Amino acid sequence: MYLLIIFLPLFGFILAGFFGRYVGSKGSTSLSFVCVLFSFFCSIFCFYETVICHCFVFIRLNSWINFELLNVDWGFMFDSLTSIMCCVVSFISTLVHLYSVEYMANDPHLSRFMSYLSLFTFFMLILVTSDNFVQMFLGWEGVGLCSYLLINFWFTRVQANKAAIKAMILNRVGDLGLIIGLLLIFLTFKSLDYSTVFSMVPLLCNTPISFLNMKFHTLDLICFFIFVGAIGKSAQLGLHTWLPDAMEGPTPVSALIHAATMVTAGVFLLVRCSCMFEHCFHIRSFITVIGASTAFFAATVGLVQNDLKKVIAYSTCSQLGYMIFACGLSNYSVGVFHLSNHAFFKALLFLGAGSVIHAIGDEQDMRKMGGLKNLIPFTYSIILIGSLALAGFPFLTGFYSKDLILESAYGCFTSLGHYGYYLGVSSAFLTAYYSTRLLFLTFLSKPNGFRSMYEQSFDSSYFICAVLSILAVPSIFVGFFTKDLLVGFGTDIWSNTIYVAPENMSLLDGEFIPFPFKIAPVCFSFLGIGCCFLLYIYQPKFLFYIKTTKFGLMFYSFFNKKWYIDKIYAEILGQKVLNISYNLSYKLVDRGVFEILGPYGFTNIIYNFSNYLNKLQSGYLNHYVYVFLVGLLLSFCFYGLFFSISCLGLTQQFLVFDFLKMIFFFILSLFLFS
Amino acid sequence: MNLQEMIYVTCFLFFTGISGIVLNRNNLLIVLMSIEVMLLAVNLNFMVFSVQFDDMVGQICVLFVLAIAATESAIGLAIICTYNTVKDNIQF
Repeated sequence: MYLLIIFLPLFGFILAGFFGRYVGSKGSTSLSFVCVLFSFFCSIFCFYETVICHCFVFIRLNSWINFELLNVDWGFMFDSLTSIMCCVVSFISTLVHLYSVEYMANDPHLSRFMSYLSLFTFFMLILVTSDNFVQMFLGWEGVGLCSYLLINFWFTRVQANKAAIKAMILNRVGDLGLIIGLLLIFLTFKSLDYSTVFSMVPLLCNTPISFLNMKFHTLDLICFFIFVGAIGKSAQLGLHTWLPDAMEGPTPVSALIHAATMVTAGVFLLVRCSCMFEHCFHIRSFITVIGASTAFFAATVGLVQNDLKKVIAYSTCSQLGYMIFACGLSNYSVGVFHLSNHAFFKALLFLGAGSVIHAIGDEQDMRKMGGLKNLIPFTYSIILIGSLALAGFPFLTGFYSKDLILESAYGCFTSLGHYGYYLGVSSAFLTAYYSTRLLFLTFLSKPNGFRSMYEQSFDSSYFICAVLSILAVPSIFVGFFTKDLLVGFGTDIWSNTIYVAPENMSLLDGEFIPFPFKIAPVCFSFLGIGCCFLLYIYQPKFLFYIKTTKFGLMFYSFFNKKWYIDKIYAEILGQKVLNISYNLSYKLVDRGVFEILGPYGFTNIIYNFSNYLNKLQSGYLNHYVYVFLVGLLLSFCFYGLFFSISCLGLTQQFLVFDFLKMIFFFILSLFLFS
Repeated sequence: MNLQEMIYVTCFLFFTGISGIVLNRNNLLIVLMSIEVMLLAVNLNFMVFSVQFDDMVGQICVLFVLAIAATESAIGLAIICTYNTVKDNIQF
């Protein structure tokens, strides 16, 4: 039953991937969908057993790597965190499978698409269910790989290729950090099992280690490198640039990978390793700063994006920042709560956006939309629900988790907590603003597109509508219904999964913060919504005026170009690295030094030397005689030398000729006659 | 005159011959003469040692070398003559 959760998607992948040619696109879609659906049912069961009944499950299949100290098993562990992740992943994945049936119906490679989706689900489930770091890393790399395959699904498009490579490489930067972290874990704990490592953490938290000739606490270093991995996967500031570009893939992919599941792997890792992070104050501060900054940064950038999907992508980035800084402030359960809530409404938003794009002939630019409210009312209502949930409208899903994150951030009463709180509140304002802007530009404003587009626009058919309406339900209700379960006062479902040091607990303090700070996030959300509404309905000319002033244009392009971070990366890092790798390592070292020292230079030396030797044969008799004599003399000299060495002391008596004098005579005679 | 000085003389003579060959640019006759000088130096050396060690073999060698030097110069001169008929000079 438990293994079915994981291996049904793999089965679906094999069916759709290897036998898609025989079963056809309809066959492969339905087969893989059924597999994922049953996987979802199993995870519901798993959720019941592990979360409701508090019954943890360990399944150890087989030994994978086993020599000396290193012992890695194929082990699966189902605790509350895992089963929540399993439910979210398989639920979203099931719906995305169903959605793709219609959305990708005319694609010739549908079975390949389905197989990739199933493979992604499989790797994500491997990631969340593993009971050791190595298997987790397998899933980690696997979702990266599937992300590459899926972004690059339309492989004939250059932009898709570039985006996929970017995603893969930026993820790989983080993966390198994670690998270093895992190696350090093995070095310190001599094990890679979660159970062993986590139980040994309090014992070894102050052991020093020398890294790059500097002294560190081992655990600080481990946590830092694990967080580097999380930065890459969860698109935090620094390695975030791949996430918006990943929108080049089909929309269901964006919904599945870049909204609901893959990017949450970083948060999952932080929560999973909570008992390590609890011992590293400095690293948690770093996490808080990075997370809060990402939330704010992505919100400002999302404010002025014109691509429908990019706006949602930046809101994903921003919400991930919320989750990360919640984890940094030790509110891991809140992070997970926001993660699961966010998965629902973000998938809803993305799939709704896909429905919009589908309806108007694959146009993604919001400036060419507008006035779609009456043409596609169902999609409008869906996106309205999603946007309100995202903006933290009271009593929708997003409200519960986002408010809780901000409250407990303020409840820390540290400067870091306040940093997170203020940035979080301001990005809540920005989030509400750009969500409303998205709604307005797409649905409410005057039509800006072509007439033919409007004539052909229509709400999608059964599958897409079914998926959207199914997703709308948890987007509205799941926050309310799971709040007490996941983050309620004294909830015991996180028994051993999450460890929070008693001095770091701020969830309760969050309940008693001053009222203005408690109400501020909602107020600012409303303010954002209201601002956007007023500006876009009554004062669009004012907005235009602001944008066209010199100062406003500067700001606009600064945000629109993503704070120029992409530009900086491309021009300062990427171009320089490429130049170095061409000029230095290729031209200078590989084709330069090595060739000169190696084959090319060696043959050259031999050739030149033999040419030189050839020139000695000049054809003149006197030259020959001269060379002959020199050779004779040298051989005499060596003979004399060795002879004199071989019979030390007796030399002078036995030598009739004094060779040195002979040489002297020879040279003298040469000078005489020359 | 002791042995050392004698040997210096013969060596000097021998090296004179060698230098004659080495530093000579293009005259074949001088080469032949230099070879004769070298052979004479060797002969003189043989003589010196023969007297020094009071051994006849050295002097017998000198006789052989004289004969060989004579034949060698005869053949050498013959070659130079032939060369002259072919090339119309004795430069090389």
